[in-house]
Amino acid sequence: MNVTMNTQETKKDGKVATPEVAAEGQQEASSLYTESLAHRNHSDHKTEPHITAKDFSIYYGDFEAVKKINIEIPEKEVTAIIGPSGCGKSTFLRCINRMNDLIPSCHTSGELIFDSHNIFDPHVNVVALRQRIGMVFQRPNPFPKSIFDNIAYGPRLQGIKSKAELADIVENSLRNAAIWDEVKDRLNQNALGLSGGQQQRICLARALAVKPEILLMDEPTSALDPKATARIEDLIDELRGDYTIIIVTHNMQQASRVSDKTAFFYEGNLVEFDKTEAIFTNPRMKQTEDYITGRFG
Amino acid sequence: MDIKSRSILDRSFTGFAIFAVILMVLSLIALLGPIIYNGLGAYIFDATIEHKKVLMDLFERGNKEELKAETEKTNTARQKLYSVMTEFEPELKEMIDKNPERGYALDSDYDDFKKTVYKLLGPKPGAKTPVMARDRFGATRWDKALTILNSITELPEWDYSSGIGVKTFKPRRDLYKGTKLEKAFDDYLTPSFLKQMLEPGWTFYYGFLTDQSYDAHFFGGVWPEVLGTIYLTFGSMLLAIPAGIIAAIYLVEYAGDTKLVSFIRSCIGTLAGVPSVVFGLFGLACFIGKDSIFSISENASVAAGCATLALLVLPTIIRATEEAIRSVPSSYREGSIGLGATKWECITKIILPSALPGILTGIVISMGRAAGETAPIIFTAAVSVGKAVNLDNIFSQPTPALPWNIYNLCTEHQEVDQIRYVQYGMVFTLVAIVLVLNLSAIYLRARVSKKLRG
Repeated sequence: MNVTMNTQETKKDGKVATPEVAAEGQQEASSLYTESLAHRNHSDHKTEPHITAKDFSIYYGDFEAVKKINIEIPEKEVTAIIGPSGCGKSTFLRCINRMNDLIPSCHTSGELIFDSHNIFDPHVNVVALRQRIGMVFQRPNPFPKSIFDNIAYGPRLQGIKSKAELADIVENSLRNAAIWDEVKDRLNQNALGLSGGQQQRICLARALAVKPEILLMDEPTSALDPKATARIEDLIDELRGDYTIIIVTHNMQQASRVSDKTAFFYEGNLVEFDKTEAIFTNPRMKQTEDYITGRFG
Repeated sequence: MDIKSRSILDRSFTGFAIFAVILMVLSLIALLGPIIYNGLGAYIFDATIEHKKVLMDLFERGNKEELKAETEKTNTARQKLYSVMTEFEPELKEMIDKNPERGYALDSDYDDFKKTVYKLLGPKPGAKTPVMARDRFGATRWDKALTILNSITELPEWDYSSGIGVKTFKPRRDLYKGTKLEKAFDDYLTPSFLKQMLEPGWTFYYGFLTDQSYDAHFFGGVWPEVLGTIYLTFGSMLLAIPAGIIAAIYLVEYAGDTKLVSFIRSCIGTLAGVPSVVFGLFGLACFIGKDSIFSISENASVAAGCATLALLVLPTIIRATEEAIRSVPSSYREGSIGLGATKWECITKIILPSALPGILTGIVISMGRAAGETAPIIFTAAVSVGKAVNLDNIFSQPTPALPWNIYNLCTEHQEVDQIRYVQYGMVFTLVAIVLVLNLSAIYLRARVSKKLRG
């Protein structure tokens, strides 16, 4: 099925008469991507796709930021998205829980399927969707409230009022984010008083408190020092198997350390998507190889 | 530019800045100093026994027995003056018969003399109680008493010898040379004997804030004005704060960026600069009278004044709130939306609390403005003289208010020179009210932003 779709796409590209080189690159990328997908489908049947993109494009006004990508993100694994700045990886990540709704000029085409529904179906309840798909941002952004209120924010939105229940959720979330021991004595203090690394773990705990199925991480360590980065990476490792994690990162070592699968985006195209090992040791595409060896980006 | 002249520039800028700050502090002192000094004179002053009589007669405060004893004591002193006067009166009649020229001159002056003495000491014992409250009591303040005493002992005279009239004073005593009244000037109409007749003593008159006024502010305090100012300030805030915040939320979060919205925004900016008297006339046209568009009351009323003042401060509150909401980091918004909050939950739980310090700043500014504005309430809510308005009458009754009555007192009161201290006291009270309102709002804002900062 994927193969037929890709042929259609190639045809279309031909019709629109895009510059030859680009069309060729896309064709190559698409075919390779299909191959790798086929490979994946043959080799491991254990994991089901959690998020499926079908010919999914994202536009800012007239500009096509993400171009007709097809990807199947496996459940309860860590998927890293890498690529140079402006390649559309963050844009794609933000679309998964429809954070792009905050940008008026942003619109999409194609399908992005989660739980057998198109995320961009007008009937989708965005609030419910965002509770199932949590997000951690590039810069730590705790609310200017106490640590307790930060973590309890999501559960309270869901209507949980019982103090004991909230306290339970807060403790569990903070334990899961490996910060309970550091903050258990000062839950009533303002979260902005913590260090950057601690704040980011608070944000992670805050996302976990809503009990999401998927965690989106948009360069979660780019504003942190190496030590704090290592702690977040350890944390991602611990969360593996319980959550589907999609992490956008500029740091290729980080992608190779934490992820099971890696997707390489370039200029809005999904160039290659494979097991992380394969991407970093034996990339099929020249662009990928150039990027991970540091020749550009 | 070489490094030396750059550092000179830098240093001279620092110098200018310090100079500007010092200038500001000095002008603040120059402004507030006289207000506080003169204004406190309405609260703390050297009060005579007449002040105690006023409190007893009009407000039924004070110790009756003590006052009675003191009154008797001063009356014995005053009796000496009165007896000299009664001795002089037959002598004056006799003089009119013998020496009509001097007699009539003295007779007309003696009338003035008597009136001024009664102004100083109150009506003559046994006389009929005068109609006006101001005629029922003597000088209540010692400084006032000394001025009146001066006008008894000194007579103004105009000297035209140099071509221009020059005002000089000559002792009234000379006029009465050789009469029995001379003794009164020598022994009784002196500051030291006046002390025996009036028994002055320093007092703190808290009633200036809490008493009704009597006889066009001759006696009593400014409570009706204070209460009116409080009604108008809080009433207008009650209307303007919710409306302003909701409008600002709508403009920032919901309205989008269309041409219409930017037009509305510039309208709000213009409205903030419209002279307040225009708002006053607008309030008169729209809120007052049966046939007006949004009729609130038949005549001027507290509620109509509140509505007018609310319109006046609305643009300020909208703009401050807009700025405050805009300055909330977008990462808070993203974090909140990302956790499954609806837009409304995000606004009420995250954005408004974070914007609160900025919103409070806008409220502080507008509260001071609402308390001090005169023009908008002249036509809509103010009345020159009146009793304190009850809360259930605010839709029908106008109220005295400090800013309007300060103006009214100095332009339309017949004898404002007699009661200047009331005017200063009103100004001081108004400044104090605005200061207290501002300080409490600043304290609140400091607490909120401390809580937000962690």
